[in-house]
Amino acid sequence: MEYEIVIGLEIHAELKTRTKMFCNCRNEFGAKPNTLVCPVCLAMPGALPAMNRTAVEYAIRAGLAMNCSISSFTKMDRKNYFYPDLPRAYQISQYDRPLCYDGYVDIDVNGQYKRIGIERIHLEEDAGKLIHDACVTGSLVDYNRCGVPLIEIVSRPDISSPEEARIFLETIKTILEYVEVSDCKMQEGSLRADVNLSVRKPGDLLGTRTEMKNINSLHAVQRAAQAEADRQAAIISDGGSIIQETRRWDDSRGESYSMRNKEEALDYRFFPEPDLVPVVIEKERIEEIRKDLPELPTSRKDRYINDFGIPWYDAQLITQSRPLADMFETAVGVCGNPKLVSNWIMTDIMRRINEDKDFLSVSSLDGKKLGRVLDLLHKGDITPNSAKEILDILALEGGDPDAIIEKRGLKVQRDESLIAKAVGEVLDQNPQAVADYRSGKEKAFGFLMGRTMAALKGRADPAQVREMLIHHLNKQ
Amino acid sequence: MSIIDMTIKETIDLLRRRETSSRELTELALERIRQENSRINAFITVCADVALSQAEAADKRLGTEDRISPLCGIPMGIKDNLCTRGVRTTCASKMLEQFIPPYDATAVERLLSSGSVLLGKLNMDEFGMGSSSENSIFGSVRNPWDTERVAGGSSGGSAAAVASGLCSFALGSDTGGSIRQPASFCGVVGLKPTYGLVSRYGMAAFASSMDQIGPITRDVTDCALVLNGIAGHDPRDSTTVRGIGEDYSHGLEQDELQIRVGLPKEYFGSGLDEDVKNAVYKAVSMLEEAGAVLGESSLPTTDYAVEAHFIISSSEASSNLARYDGIRYGYQNANAKNLEELYRLSRGDGFGSGVKRRILLGTHILSAGYRDQLYIKALRARKMITDDFMKNFESFDLIATPVYPETAFRLGEKSGNPLEMYLGDIYTVGANLAGLPALVVPCGLDRKGLPIGIQLVGKPFSEKLLLRAGYAIEQRVGRLKPKTKCQG
Repeated sequence: MEYEIVIGLEIHAELKTRTKMFCNCRNEFGAKPNTLVCPVCLAMPGALPAMNRTAVEYAIRAGLAMNCSISSFTKMDRKNYFYPDLPRAYQISQYDRPLCYDGYVDIDVNGQYKRIGIERIHLEEDAGKLIHDACVTGSLVDYNRCGVPLIEIVSRPDISSPEEARIFLETIKTILEYVEVSDCKMQEGSLRADVNLSVRKPGDLLGTRTEMKNINSLHAVQRAAQAEADRQAAIISDGGSIIQETRRWDDSRGESYSMRNKEEALDYRFFPEPDLVPVVIEKERIEEIRKDLPELPTSRKDRYINDFGIPWYDAQLITQSRPLADMFETAVGVCGNPKLVSNWIMTDIMRRINEDKDFLSVSSLDGKKLGRVLDLLHKGDITPNSAKEILDILALEGGDPDAIIEKRGLKVQRDESLIAKAVGEVLDQNPQAVADYRSGKEKAFGFLMGRTMAALKGRADPAQVREMLIHHLNKQ
Repeated sequence: MSIIDMTIKETIDLLRRRETSSRELTELALERIRQENSRINAFITVCADVALSQAEAADKRLGTEDRISPLCGIPMGIKDNLCTRGVRTTCASKMLEQFIPPYDATAVERLLSSGSVLLGKLNMDEFGMGSSSENSIFGSVRNPWDTERVAGGSSGGSAAAVASGLCSFALGSDTGGSIRQPASFCGVVGLKPTYGLVSRYGMAAFASSMDQIGPITRDVTDCALVLNGIAGHDPRDSTTVRGIGEDYSHGLEQDELQIRVGLPKEYFGSGLDEDVKNAVYKAVSMLEEAGAVLGESSLPTTDYAVEAHFIISSSEASSNLARYDGIRYGYQNANAKNLEELYRLSRGDGFGSGVKRRILLGTHILSAGYRDQLYIKALRARKMITDDFMKNFESFDLIATPVYPETAFRLGEKSGNPLEMYLGDIYTVGANLAGLPALVVPCGLDRKGLPIGIQLVGKPFSEKLLLRAGYAIEQRVGRLKPKTKCQG
């Protein structure tokens, strides 16, 4: 029996504001435990939250990039529950008036666009982290992450396969990186997803859904969704029924287990946060933020394919990362040959990124320099081998492409007399090969060509050398 | 009369003329506390060393600086739910019995930077929940006028300390009458400012949407001086308002009151003690004497005020007090074997029964299935009550009412009946629900010789007008003094 899968995602992304959402503590990953804390984020008596406006603006940027409507009036609410990582015992979140609502993103499923609805994006604060250390009995709590601003992106249940779920998360991640509101470092937990999933026989009403929490890699989303769809399908096929519950995904074991069922579900007792005044956002400000948005990946990809004639796969990969896409466009601007640039990015640059994922941010090799090197290559002023050599130097030591070429003498030799001299010498030194060529052995030409190029240290235009060689061979 | 029984205004002149010093005032206050506190039980913590060094610093400023706050060198007491850096802040609860905040409440910080001297922390009902200051792990506050009676609450320690000369002025906090009712019971002046005029930062929250910090003083002029010291926008409390920069002490003595005063008929009905009613009427006639026009007004939603207030304040309290979980600071039960026990035992032992009742009811009220019937409905009632008040202010500049149905009751008289205690707040909770300023000024004594106050409620940010009207009453009533002090 084939089942249809219905998936909705809830994605939490930490906003990379300089300070936390309600206090002036720095918003930073990896500091020593409990060094980025103050009375406000530790919820000491009488300490009050004060709203970080930048967090609101970042959330609006994300909302606009996902085609959402923005509330002109929004308020915060308290979500009440006890847990040691939540100092106030309530999370300041948004209940019935989310900042952004009714948006969508288009995901690219192997070259076909599919529209996934965004129900809402709301602002909330992150909690701290429990640390389980074998050296102490009980648990420790690190409150550094307390009060870091988050957005929660809630999709509509428009996703119909585990693969689409992964692509959707990847698309959201790319958009957030493009609009520069989140680092989206899944391994550091700054981007996390919950998967809501149900299965049904085609044509049936929606089945009972489960929610899986704690998923923090792109592949884990796909694996978790597949495992859960299989689990539910197996239960239904055996005549059983699905229990509405929250499950925790264990990626190392490749399975999920039940955390709590519907009866044990928490009553969060939401009510408006009286310590914060409602946020009023002027229409003009929303328009300013909209104008400030960069071109988004889907639009760029379509442009690369349609205007530049770049293959879908290459365009997809290049636009996956804004720094890479920026490098591509800058290089194209300098050398005017999109296909050449795309080929070099797909091979040379991708190799470097695979060796060091931070390559683009740490290396001084930028789009301008890449463009210059490829421009010279395109004009035949340097050879492909020289281009590689120059890019290596630019990547490791930095510098200016033209200066490197000058210093290393990498410029292609065009002086006819010098080439003629080299050809003459090669012919003189290899009479046997010359004789072979003249007796019709075509292979001998390749040998002579290679010798001549070697004599010119490879820095000559092969076409020019070939022409000169033929000319000399035929002359005598 | 000792110089520490003088008003701030009177003391300033002596300090400026160098006829006394802050050090001398502070030593006299500390001596008075040593003698009297065991009888009144107003102070929970006395920080003599801190006070004396602050007094010396104030004396230096008084000798060298030209432009100086009138509050410089004046000894004060602070209600123990307002955080004081390095000085224990207990909220009169076992939960915070050992808690020493690493920061000052904004209101305290402003007074300290004006040069006021912190004598110590004042007793109260636990976390501000109560109307008698009997719900304190440090024992009941006693009324200086009759120590068998309550001082009122929850800022009972603040009112009793000011009334008995243990400090020149005090800060209290008011969520449903907690400044005004004790001020009335102890014969002193108390002001609950407009919501948003004084920063709540550093006040252990009871009900965030209604809590306000305010002065308790010997007279109206002092009240204005202290309000000057604490009012104003605070970036750390986003509910504070910008652009209200008034000198509240300026022009108080202008006696011509071209105002209209409303007397809401619902506030003078059955249940109101005859002596209280008469004293309030008499005070109102003094306003008339000063030029005010009187008229009957109506607040038809008064009947819903106590219930709406109880529902909203308990809901907010259940959330506000959830942070006291025994994990980061405060009382932690050492016998807990797991997380659930840690919460249950620490909160079970750490909170008193009145606080637990509030938390349980508030949690219930916000629960699925009850939220709409109780909490949402109470919000609607709050809106109606606010509209009622605002409608009154179309015809009247302020409304005058009693503060409490009776004068100070006996210790233990109502502690077995929380419902009766809540119902007594009928005249004061309206100002909290509507966020309005309300001033209490002593206006007479009942036949038992206990003080009675009148409450003046005005439009948002009409503190200046309330103080002027209060001043006019005060001039005609004269200053009331506790019997005990006359005897002593």
